[in-house]
Amino acid sequence: MLATNTQVTESPKAPRPHDGSGPLKVVPVRRYGTWALGVVVLVLLALLVRAFAGADIEYALVAKYFTASPILWGVWHTLELTLLAMCLGLALGVTAAVMRQSGNPVLRAVANGYTWLFRGTPLLVQLLIWFNLAIVFKTVEIPGLWSASMNSVMTPFVAALLGLGVNEGAYIAEIVRGGILSVDNGQREAAAAIGMSQGKLMKRIVLPQALRVIVPPLGNEFIALLKYSSLAFTISYSELLHSANKIYTANFKVIELLFTASLWYIVLTTVFTLLQQIVERRLGRGHNTQTKGFGRRLATNLMPPSWR
Amino acid sequence: MTTTQSFVPSVHSTTAMVQAVDVHKSYGRLEVLKGIDLEVAPKEVFCLVGPSGSGKSTFLRCINHLEKIDAGSLSVDGELVGYRRVGDRLHVLRDREVARKREEIGMVFQRFNLFPHMTALQNIMEGPIQVRGESKAVARERAMALLDRVGLKDKYGAYPGQLSGGQQQRVAIARALAMQPKLMLFDEPTSALDPELVGEVLDVMRGLAEDGMTMIVVTHEMAFAREVGDALVFMDGGVVVESGHPREVLTNPQHARTKAFLGKVR
Repeated sequence: MLATNTQVTESPKAPRPHDGSGPLKVVPVRRYGTWALGVVVLVLLALLVRAFAGADIEYALVAKYFTASPILWGVWHTLELTLLAMCLGLALGVTAAVMRQSGNPVLRAVANGYTWLFRGTPLLVQLLIWFNLAIVFKTVEIPGLWSASMNSVMTPFVAALLGLGVNEGAYIAEIVRGGILSVDNGQREAAAAIGMSQGKLMKRIVLPQALRVIVPPLGNEFIALLKYSSLAFTISYSELLHSANKIYTANFKVIELLFTASLWYIVLTTVFTLLQQIVERRLGRGHNTQTKGFGRRLATNLMPPSWR
Repeated sequence: MTTTQSFVPSVHSTTAMVQAVDVHKSYGRLEVLKGIDLEVAPKEVFCLVGPSGSGKSTFLRCINHLEKIDAGSLSVDGELVGYRRVGDRLHVLRDREVARKREEIGMVFQRFNLFPHMTALQNIMEGPIQVRGESKAVARERAMALLDRVGLKDKYGAYPGQLSGGQQQRVAIARALAMQPKLMLFDEPTSALDPELVGEVLDVMRGLAEDGMTMIVVTHEMAFAREVGDALVFMDGGVVVESGHPREVLTNPQHARTKAFLGKVR
């Protein structure tokens, strides 16, 4: 390299033959635009931080309430509601998706009707309908076995769980169906050819392979559900936002408590995003040497070359 | 290979292993099988050749009811495929009953169709354990013996994605053999392989033929058909154009269409 640098004297245009004393130097494209943009973004960010720092916000309160007991209870209730609603959604969604693959037209129609109805109406409206069901049905009963007043059954928790879970199931049904359709038909044929029944074929061959396609969007659904659970605030279920609201209606520290709640939501979604990545890696078994999935390809492409 | 154990079960009947009488099949308006009559004897290696779209793969898939036939009759080892005859009526069998019949018919696909989320060994053990209810130990022992037989004993822990096409196809053959079928169907088993990998798969098939397995092979490998085949049928446009001993048909085709096809293949 040293030699080549010192010898550029004769003609600057014509490529000079390499003298073989060392490797030719590769000069990467210089990206001045990137640097300029980076500076602009930093400046904007600094302005934003300064604005919020100078605003009338008691940041100490954000930290103080972060571990306050009503907020922690709110976090616990949010988690409980989200996890249970996800379980309900998964059960309903997988059932509906498998029903849509069935040869039985009645089962197909029922599954189609379910997704159509619950994807076609807003979640907030569904929550309000569940919660107010007592207005039109005074009692719930299994004839001859059990009966109770609707008011005592449809507590805020039950209404929130049903509202979120049943709605989520309709979306999960579509995700699972997409996953099932992504599995090559040859897999079904190969399983059928060794004498597997339809049910076993679904359970052993199709669904495990569909899982790889299903899990990434399912992770997104879970994170979305975690945030949608804040809608249960409107039917007075004591989740995170509800707890924050209770405190700030008393002390008027509105933004501080909304920040506390936001901080908790971001902590929870970050934790679940990491968990999702671990699960996805585990599901990649047997595919390590095959073409990478879209997500991983995208990640690889976004990474700086030195990290690959 | 250390084991001399045969994987071919004994066949009870002396009648045809496969008998097709006037088999018709349409996809919508397109009639792909226009009356196929043929008979495959036990222990025979039966080759189906013809241009693409001639209906040979469709016919093969009808034999284990991956495709339903519209008219005619198709029976394997004396039993109708996909139907039960009661008097003059044919009752369509339930999925479970069809599945039971398929156990006896092994199938090897052009694109291997190994289960990618299972290792080679698990692929082979899946049928015996899940369908036959065999114990893990028994299934594993036979699966290892089969892997040895196809020359892949050391690859038992490999996932399909880590194997070459030829290796995958040999595992797929082992997977079909694990169910101890009395009939093996091969749907262009070497067509998706790189040329240098074709030989290893044909070697396994040759060994199977020597063991007396009844095999129906849809293939473009004329050399294999000539050397190993006992009977050959040339199909075109959904009908059997010509049939006979492979050596006769391939060296001295009678029909113009057969001549034209063979001229292009060679």
